[in-house]
Amino acid sequence: MTAYRDILVDPPRNGVQLIRLNRPEAHNALRSALLGELADALAAATADEQIRVVLLSGSDKVFAAGADIKEMAALDAVGLWKDRRPQYWQAIRGFPKPLIAAVNGFCLGGGLELAMHADCIIAGEDARFGQPEINLGIIPGAGGTQRLVRSVGKSLAMKLILSGEFIGTREALAAGLVAEVTQPELTLKRATALAETMAEKSPIALRLAKEAILASFETPLSQGLELERKAFLFLAASADRREGIEAFLEKRPPQFKGQ
Amino acid sequence: MSYDTIQFQVQDGVATLTLNRPESLNSFNTTMHGEIRDALKQVRQDGSIRCLLLTGAGRGFCAGQDLNDRAVAPGEAMPDLSLSIKQNYNPLVRSLMTLDKPVICAVNGVAAGAGANIALACDIVLAARSASFIQGFSKIGLIPDSGGTWTLPRLVGRARAMGMAMLSGKLSAEQAADWGLIWQVVDDDRLLEEARSLATHLATQPTKGLALTKRAINAAGGNSLEQQLELECDLQYIAGCSHDYREGVAAFIAKRPAEFKGE
Repeated sequence: MTAYRDILVDPPRNGVQLIRLNRPEAHNALRSALLGELADALAAATADEQIRVVLLSGSDKVFAAGADIKEMAALDAVGLWKDRRPQYWQAIRGFPKPLIAAVNGFCLGGGLELAMHADCIIAGEDARFGQPEINLGIIPGAGGTQRLVRSVGKSLAMKLILSGEFIGTREALAAGLVAEVTQPELTLKRATALAETMAEKSPIALRLAKEAILASFETPLSQGLELERKAFLFLAASADRREGIEAFLEKRPPQFKGQ
Repeated sequence: MSYDTIQFQVQDGVATLTLNRPESLNSFNTTMHGEIRDALKQVRQDGSIRCLLLTGAGRGFCAGQDLNDRAVAPGEAMPDLSLSIKQNYNPLVRSLMTLDKPVICAVNGVAAGAGANIALACDIVLAARSASFIQGFSKIGLIPDSGGTWTLPRLVGRARAMGMAMLSGKLSAEQAADWGLIWQVVDDDRLLEEARSLATHLATQPTKGLALTKRAINAAGGNSLEQQLELECDLQYIAGCSHDYREGVAAFIAKRPAEFKGE
């Protein structure tokens, strides 16, 4: 397995690969190199059939406190234009398998944008969410203004992005930003259990379900429904569908093979 | 580290924080808030500290906010009291309530206003027989802050909470203990000794388990039974992973005293 500097990539267990952000000295600030490593690790996970689900986490204290401000300050407009970061974000966005974020502590700025790239977020009770870019005279630059509003609605998104204020897990759960809140010590355990549950399902069905849900943000309802129907029909050709339905009728657990 | 308005010592795993402005009954001013914050940060971060003891120097415990900082001259703009609450009192209450170590309060004399409610935010409150609790806020047109309106009804019920808050009378230590406001009354000359021995004892106990117990009991007020049962289940799982649980069971089976590390 490739050795990385800014992230730790565990060997997959039960179909789940854990990737941990690991720049404790910088509160896991997302420098370009880190995002590049993440994009690379996700590309490897895409290719590896053993890996069904990827779990992304930070440390006990911080998921990620934001982009690397020093690194960003050094870039002028042309520098930003040539920056590779958007490519890395695109690679993360294009990851086709379920991606779960387990968040403890601070999840701010680019950190929140990264967490929102995940398909769902499991948060420890002490987690704090915010987009404080406005405090620096900038705005979120990796989807914060787009994904947050789709996730929590206009009013709360405006409040967070225009004021730079943070919210805790109670508000994040109520607003639908996170899927589940748990005791901080259990965040990774819960997220792992959820990931393992997903990993037992048909990888083809997982992929198509994820695609269909993400398409709902890009298409009108009628097109989304059409896409869903086609994905549904496509699955009828899979061996996993036959296995899933047979196992259900025979009252036994299914064995999905990704075929 | 030395402070101007508090004393702070660490010994045998116990951090003792003594409010130390005896000439004004240890009332809070901005400096004192800053120094307490600093000391509590140390308590949070230092793993060798396994219990916090809070008390006051001189004849009072704490008279609440120093009103000399608060006089409003005629014609002067009204002060924004919410600022000081947001910056000083609320963070203090939060850090006492969420500190993952037991907090003992030895109320050595009068505890008034925010002083009373800070004491009640601690986990185990001992009071000297001559000590007293006074809400006091209603006498100057304010409401009980520092968690008072949350803590009082939970500790003594609505009727007594209303009486204490609206009448601002003086509640003796014995009455406070009878009502369930505090844990215990101790003779004046024994208070510090008792509090210290309790703190020293707690500092040898399974700190992680105590911290989780505290988390559960403090969460109970806002939870339904169903939520609380779920929480207990989660916290017990966490406690069961601790070194001290393993040690506790091993010691019990071997019929020897347990040696807890707090982990």
